[in-house]
Amino acid sequence: MSGLPAPFAGWFASRGWQVHPHQREMLARAEAPASLLIAPTGGGKTLAGFLPSLVDLAHGRHRGLHTLYISPLKALAADIRRNLTRPIAEMDLPIRVEDRTGDTPQSRRRRQRADPPHILLTTPESLALLISYEDAPRIFSGMKRVVLDEVHALAESKRGDQLMLALSRLQTLAPGLRRTGLSATVEDPEAIARFIADHPARCDIVRADPGPAPDIAMLETAEPPPWAGGGGRYAVEAVLDQVRRHRTTLIFHNTRAQAEIFFHALWLANTEGLPIGIHHGSLSLEARRKVEAAMVASELRAIVCTGSLDLGIDWGDVDLVIQVGAPKTVKRLVQRIGRSNHRYNAPSKALLVPANRFEVVECRAALDAVRENDLDGAPRGPGPRDVLCQHMMICAAAGPFDAGTLYAEFRRAGPYAALTRPAFDECLEFCATGGYALRAYDRWQRLMQDADGRWRLRDPRRARDIRMNIGTIIDQDTLKVRLRNRRGGAPLGEVEEAFAASLTPGDSFLIGGQVVRYEGLREMVVEVTRQVGREPKVAVFMGVKLATSTQLSERVLRLLDQPDWPALPAHTADWLRRQREISRLPAPGRLLVESFPREGRAHTCVYGFAGRNAQQTLGLLLTRRMEEAGLAPLGFVATDYATLIWALEPLENPAQLFSRAGMAAALEGWLASNAVMKRTFRASATIAGLIERNLPGGRKSGRQATFSSDILYDTLVKYDPGHLMLKITREEAMRGLVDFGRIEEMLDRVAGRIDHVRARHVTPLAAPLLLEVGRVPISGAAEARLVEAEAQRLMREAGLA
Amino acid sequence: MAGYDFILAGAALTALPSGALHWPEQATLVVSDLHLGKAERIARRGGTLLPPYETTETLNRLEADIEAVAAGCVLCLGDSFDDLEAAGGLPQDEADRLARLMAGHHWIWVEGNHDPGPTELGGTHLARVRLGPLSFRHIAQPGASAEVSGHYHPKARIAAGGRRIAARCFLLDAARLILPAYGAYTGGLHCDDPALSGLMGADARAVLLGDPPRPIPMPGAQSRPVSFRESR
Repeated sequence: MSGLPAPFAGWFASRGWQVHPHQREMLARAEAPASLLIAPTGGGKTLAGFLPSLVDLAHGRHRGLHTLYISPLKALAADIRRNLTRPIAEMDLPIRVEDRTGDTPQSRRRRQRADPPHILLTTPESLALLISYEDAPRIFSGMKRVVLDEVHALAESKRGDQLMLALSRLQTLAPGLRRTGLSATVEDPEAIARFIADHPARCDIVRADPGPAPDIAMLETAEPPPWAGGGGRYAVEAVLDQVRRHRTTLIFHNTRAQAEIFFHALWLANTEGLPIGIHHGSLSLEARRKVEAAMVASELRAIVCTGSLDLGIDWGDVDLVIQVGAPKTVKRLVQRIGRSNHRYNAPSKALLVPANRFEVVECRAALDAVRENDLDGAPRGPGPRDVLCQHMMICAAAGPFDAGTLYAEFRRAGPYAALTRPAFDECLEFCATGGYALRAYDRWQRLMQDADGRWRLRDPRRARDIRMNIGTIIDQDTLKVRLRNRRGGAPLGEVEEAFAASLTPGDSFLIGGQVVRYEGLREMVVEVTRQVGREPKVAVFMGVKLATSTQLSERVLRLLDQPDWPALPAHTADWLRRQREISRLPAPGRLLVESFPREGRAHTCVYGFAGRNAQQTLGLLLTRRMEEAGLAPLGFVATDYATLIWALEPLENPAQLFSRAGMAAALEGWLASNAVMKRTFRASATIAGLIERNLPGGRKSGRQATFSSDILYDTLVKYDPGHLMLKITREEAMRGLVDFGRIEEMLDRVAGRIDHVRARHVTPLAAPLLLEVGRVPISGAAEARLVEAEAQRLMREAGLA
Repeated sequence: MAGYDFILAGAALTALPSGALHWPEQATLVVSDLHLGKAERIARRGGTLLPPYETTETLNRLEADIEAVAAGCVLCLGDSFDDLEAAGGLPQDEADRLARLMAGHHWIWVEGNHDPGPTELGGTHLARVRLGPLSFRHIAQPGASAEVSGHYHPKARIAAGGRRIAARCFLLDAARLILPAYGAYTGGLHCDDPALSGLMGADARAVLLGDPPRPIPMPGAQSRPVSFRESR
C-alpha cells in the first residue's frame, strides 16, 4: 500500500480495504492551501478529509488544537466522533477527538477552551461563538487544518456565509491553515471552490469516481395521478408494495405537511404492520432521535421524511429512495438518490412519484436530466450584508479591531471577495450607531473609536448579548405540542403560532403521524389529546417552498414542445394533445397567455414557467396592473409553471400588461407595503442585530413590552427609506421569496413574443389550476368588508347588538 | 374619520381610529402609553439601536387627532415617556415640537409606572384625575367603577373569511374603559390574558382600532360566549 505511512497502510490492510484513489490524492495534496473533494456518498469522503490530519498527528508531537471539523448538523459531529475514534483506537494513535455543539455541557465547553483537543468537531454557530471570545487567538493560533463537511449544503445558506467569514478570522489567527471541503455531487464545483477558497488564493478540485449510474424510474401506479394537489396519496398502495420488496426505503416529501398526510395514509393502509417511521424538522428532537436510532439499528422498513434527512448519517441499509412530488431541482434529486445504497460500487435505486398530472411531465424531464447528468442550480450572488453585520459584532466582542484590517480580512472570504469599501463602511456605521440618516446619536453607540482609531465595544458587557444572538437561522414563532396531563413528557412536536391561534377546542390536526384533538393553550404550550379515526385538519408548517429550477423548467418547456410524447404515460400524453387541439402548448422563447370565461369571471392564465415564488409575485404584480387598468381582478393562484387570475373584466391586450417598465413600477409600489418584505425584514434585522431574538425564558414576561418588527419596518420606510436594513431586505427578498430576477429572466426570454389564446371555456392545461389550493384574494376593501361582517355576526351572537 | 360612540357612567365618549378617546362635552382628548423616547431608552441601556423616529411618529399622530377634534384639554394617561430620563432627554427638535403642541391646550400628565413623577415639560402633573363622573388613572383598580385607564396595551384577534387579523383595541364594560397604547413603538397584550379577562366583566367588548373602529365581544371575557352557544 504505497503512499500511506505504516500504521495506516496496516490498518487498511487489516480491514481488507482498498485506499480509494481520491483518498490518496487528498493525502498527496495535504499542503495545498485549499482543496475541494467532490465524491458520492459512501466513497470514504470523511476519511479522505481526515487522513492528512491523522497522519500529521500520528507522531504525537502536536500540542493543542490541530484540526477543526465543521458540519451543518450537530448529529453529524457526534457521529463522526464515533467513526474517528475507532481507527484512532485500533491504530493506537495519540489523538484526542471531541465534539462541541449547542448540546455540549457548559463544563466541558469551558474545559475545551482551556485545553482544546487535537481534533474538534463542531457546527458553524459553535465556531462563531468560539471566535467571539477574547482568548480565540490562544485557542486557534497553532491550528493546522480545517475540514468542511457537506459544504454543498452550507454553500446555499447564510450559515455558510457566516462560516466563511469565521474562516477568514481563523486564517488571520493561524496563517498556515489548510482548508479541505467535502461535497456531494454539484452542478458547479468551481463555485463551491471559490466559496471555500482563501481569496485571492485558489482552491483545487479533486473529483472521485462518481460510481455507477443510478437505477431510477417513475413509479407505475394502477390509477393515474390526480389533476392537482401535492400529497401523492393515490400512490400509497404502490409505495407500500415497494417497501415490502426492499430492506429499507426512504420516502422523501417536499413539505412537512405532505409528509404527515402521506404517513397517516400509509399507516392506515399498512395492515400487516410494517415498521415505518416519520422524520421532519417540526417533530421534537426526542421523536427524531428515536427514529434515527431505530434506523441505525435496522429496525425500520421505511421512513417518511423531508429535507431533514437530506444530510447526515450514512445508513448502509437503505436500498430504495422514493421521491414523492416533483423534485423541483435535479441536483437535490441526485443527492437524495445518493441516500440509497452507500456501497460505493452498487447503483443507487430510486423511484419518482409525480403528485399530479403536470408533475408527470416534470418528473420525466428530471429523469432525463439525471440520466444526462445535467445538474441545475442558480448562482447565489454576493454574500448578504446582514451576516456581515453580525460577524462584525462578533469580531468586536473578541476585541478591538482596525477597520481597514477587518475589511481586508472579510474580502478573503469567498462570498465577500467582491465587497466594496463603501458597502463595508455602511455596515460598520450600522453596527456603530445604527446608521440612521436623520439623527446622529453620538450619546449612545455600540462601537466607539479609540484614540488609535481602533473600534471597540462601548460597553464590554454587551459581548454577552452578541453571543446570545449568534446564528443565521431564524426560527418561526412556534409552540410546543404536548399531550394533556403529560406535562413532564416529551412534546410531540411544534406548530406555528399562527396555526395554533387559528385552532378552536375540538379541532384536530396531524402531528408525528397521529391525529390529535386541540384542547387548549396553556402557558404557551398547545395541549392536545389523542383522537382516533377522525379526518384531521392539517397542521400548516411554514418553511420555504422550493421553486422549480430554471434549468428544469426549460427542460419541461422543451418536453412540451414536441410533436408527440411517447416517453410520457398515455393519460398525460392524451391531456397534452387535448390542450394542443383546444389552445396551444407553451413553447420555449414564447409566453402563452390564455383567456376564458368561467362562472361569470374572466380568467387569465399566464404560463411563465418561472418557478412558484416568481409566479406568485407575477400574480401580485399583474393583478395590481389589472386593477389600474380597470379590469377588477378578484384573486389569483400560482404554481411553479403558471399563474391563474380571475377578474370581472376580460383581458384584451396582454402585451401592454407585460411591459417591462410597467412591471417594474408595479413592483416598486407593491414592495413597500408587503408582507413578504416584512417577513424578510424580520429575518435580516434579527441576523444583523437590530432585533434581539426571543430568548428562551424571556417569553412569558411582559409581552406588551415587545412589539412587532413590522412597526420598525414601516417606520424605516416612512422616515429613513435609504437605510441599510431596507437595502438588505430588498436584496434578500429579490433573490428569495419575491424572486423578481426570474420574472425579468422570463421577460427577457420571451422578448415580447406573447401568444394570446382566447378560449371559449377552461383549457386542459389551465383546469388543474382551478383545483389548486393557496388562492390569494387581492382586494384590501374586501378584507374590511369581511371584518365588518364578522364583527356584526359576533355581536349579534353574543346578544350585544 | 369615524369613531365608535358609547356611554360610560353617563359620559358620551368616542373611541377614535387612532386609539385616542374623545370626550366632546369636555372638549378633551385622552391618550395613553405614548412611550416617547423608547428607542433612546433602549439604546441608553445598551440594547439595540432602533430607528429613532418613534417620537416624531407618535407626535404626528397626536397632532392630527388634536386638530381633528379641536381639543381644549389633552390628558395623557401615563407611560407618556419610556422613563423619566427619556422625558428630560428628548432631542431639541422633538422637545420643541412637543412644546408647540402643548401651547394653547390644558395639558395633563398622569403618572405611569414608566414615568412615576413630574417632568420639566410643563403642563399639570397628577397621580390621577377626576373629570365629571369619570376617574382617570394609569392602571385599572379591581372593583373600581366609572374608571378610564391604560397600561395593559390591549389587543384582540379576529378570524374573518379565513384570515386572522390582530388589532389594538379599547376594552369596555359597564364599569370601566381600558385604552390601547397610542405610541408608535408599543406591543400589545392579548385580551384573553388573565390580567385582562380578570378585570373585565362578562359583557365586555373589545373595540378594534381601524377606520371605523369595530366592536366585538371581548375574546376571553368571563363566561362569554360558550354558554351562549351551547344554549342555542
